[in-house]
Amino acid sequence: MAIDRRKFLKIAGLSFLFGTGVFSLEEFVLCRGDEVLAQVVGEGKKGKVRWAMAIDTRRLTEEDCKRIIEACHRAHNVPDIPEPTKAVRWIWEDTFEHAFPELAEEDPSEELRNRKYLLLCNHCENPVCVRVCPVQATFQRPDGIVVQDYHRCIGCKFCMTACPYGSRSYNFFHPKEYLKHVNPEYPARTMGVVEKCIFCYERLDQGKLPYCVEAAKGKIYFGNIYDPEAEITRVIKENLVLVRKPQLGTKPMVFYIV
Amino acid sequence: MLEYALKGRPKYWIWILCLLVIIAIGFYYWVLEHKLGTGVVCGLHKDLTWGFHIGQLAFFVGAAASAVMIVLPYYLHNCKEFGRLTVLAEFFAVGMVVVSMLSVFVIMGQPQRVFNVLLYPTPHSIIFYDLIVLSTYLFLNLLCGWTVLHAEYKETKYPSWLKPFIYWAILWGPSIHMVTAFLIQGLPGRGFWLTAIMAPRFLASAFSAGPALLLVLALLLKKLTGFDIGKKAVDTLSKIITYAFIINLLFICFELFTAFYSGIPEHTEPFIYLFSGLQGHSEWVGFAWASVILALIGLTLLVIPQTRKNETTLVLACIAVVLSVWIDKGLLLMIGGFTPNPQGVVVPYKPTFGEVMIGVAVWAIGFLIVTILWKIAVSVYQSKNLVVKMKGN
Repeated sequence: MAIDRRKFLKIAGLSFLFGTGVFSLEEFVLCRGDEVLAQVVGEGKKGKVRWAMAIDTRRLTEEDCKRIIEACHRAHNVPDIPEPTKAVRWIWEDTFEHAFPELAEEDPSEELRNRKYLLLCNHCENPVCVRVCPVQATFQRPDGIVVQDYHRCIGCKFCMTACPYGSRSYNFFHPKEYLKHVNPEYPARTMGVVEKCIFCYERLDQGKLPYCVEAAKGKIYFGNIYDPEAEITRVIKENLVLVRKPQLGTKPMVFYIV
Repeated sequence: MLEYALKGRPKYWIWILCLLVIIAIGFYYWVLEHKLGTGVVCGLHKDLTWGFHIGQLAFFVGAAASAVMIVLPYYLHNCKEFGRLTVLAEFFAVGMVVVSMLSVFVIMGQPQRVFNVLLYPTPHSIIFYDLIVLSTYLFLNLLCGWTVLHAEYKETKYPSWLKPFIYWAILWGPSIHMVTAFLIQGLPGRGFWLTAIMAPRFLASAFSAGPALLLVLALLLKKLTGFDIGKKAVDTLSKIITYAFIINLLFICFELFTAFYSGIPEHTEPFIYLFSGLQGHSEWVGFAWASVILALIGLTLLVIPQTRKNETTLVLACIAVVLSVWIDKGLLLMIGGFTPNPQGVVVPYKPTFGEVMIGVAVWAIGFLIVTILWKIAVSVYQSKNLVVKMKGN
């Protein structure tokens, strides 16, 4: 197998990212944008839309993360609950080890470990949460976005048990008591239902970008991954990217540029 | 026949009253939970959303299908010694299915929306099937037990139309474990549960701990009312428990081998957390080893013929088996499944007093049903015996 220049540079880059560069081919393949794209998206479906996100972890700073989380949570009336184990979160900041626990043992470089990773619902192509919900309160839109009907949810928490990313939150308390500001544009929730990131479908339907993408000021890419000409498809193809737990076959639509 | 439930000695009414008090306490905490929030009343958190209550589903669904171990030999193999135990087993199953179903109901954040499950039937959700198999099993056992008992009451043989329902109930019994196991065994990313041995484990643990619980209660019944299921029935049932329990322990060993020989962290970490602690947390180590020790005690007492045939040691063995499986399925199965969380972090879970009381109240509802149904059954059998005795004289 011949190695062209671009491929060589990518290997070199990976060696830099992962300590000594001792990285088996399989794991290396997983990082190459075009390969990841082929694995997660496949051929794509022409004429169809599948929204996806690519987070540029190289450029994201702590301030960016704070601003992004604030923008999302404020707009969607996400309660600010002090107890971290019972909090509601749609998008949050975490470490490399927590975002990619299966890669943590691969000796990631100091630099990679010091970066901030924004975690949110992956809007999987094969969403386990949708499969398990007994009342179809969580379902997938034709454009791939996994949404939640707060008025149908029975609060059985099966979706939270099923989600391999811990991306869903349950209202353990009266959420309205923990709201500092109320955005009348988006419904507040009641106690005893599950909620999560909705990829701002309400904004996409109006032709706007999600709040987090807007607040990221170019450090988060968003678009239709089925469109080979789209910016998102291009940046993923050209970079080293990771998706969370690809081995589970859920086909996450949130990509991390490393 | 219902009138028998309303006539009883003071002991009967005191027991009923105790159960009602427990139910009232549990109901209070359940109402409190829905008033203040699950976060205030229960120990559940975002990384462990199914705790004590779904654990009770896993255990009591097993107790429910124990009836199969009595009904099957009786009807299919003409195992006469189970004659007097059959109706008791079916009524026991009714109570235990109610416990299973209520254990799911009490975890719902929006219980008033429970009928959404029927309003929007979802064939790709296992909960949908669990509801179908559990409610069908409830209906079948109530129908079969009641009709057979009514025939006894009228001193006739049960009607022939019942036969298909009896066979249906026998075939249906194992489905309630399998479907309940499928709730958890098909979830990607939960290594502790993602194993094909999960459904067989549910079956084996159910067919050992279920009859063991039934046997303890039947022997207690003998002490309290003099209603004797017969020495032969006890003997046969204890053998069934022994074999099923050995198979159950083997399945657990298979699981341990697969996890630790492969060394895949997702599969080993929950076991390490439960049995020796992980990331500085060891909340459940005592329980895990207690389950192992109880299992070994139960196994030893069951395998040695002398202790199995002695009623006192048999009761001890059965209690050990029930407690061992209860810790394993009622507590550790859920805790291990959720720990460590998807980010690889151990977030400990401690059920609160209120949470446990809600679960205990659910048991009490089940045992209230069993008490009333068994009271009716025992009264029918005993009044029949009286008639036979008088005729004989």
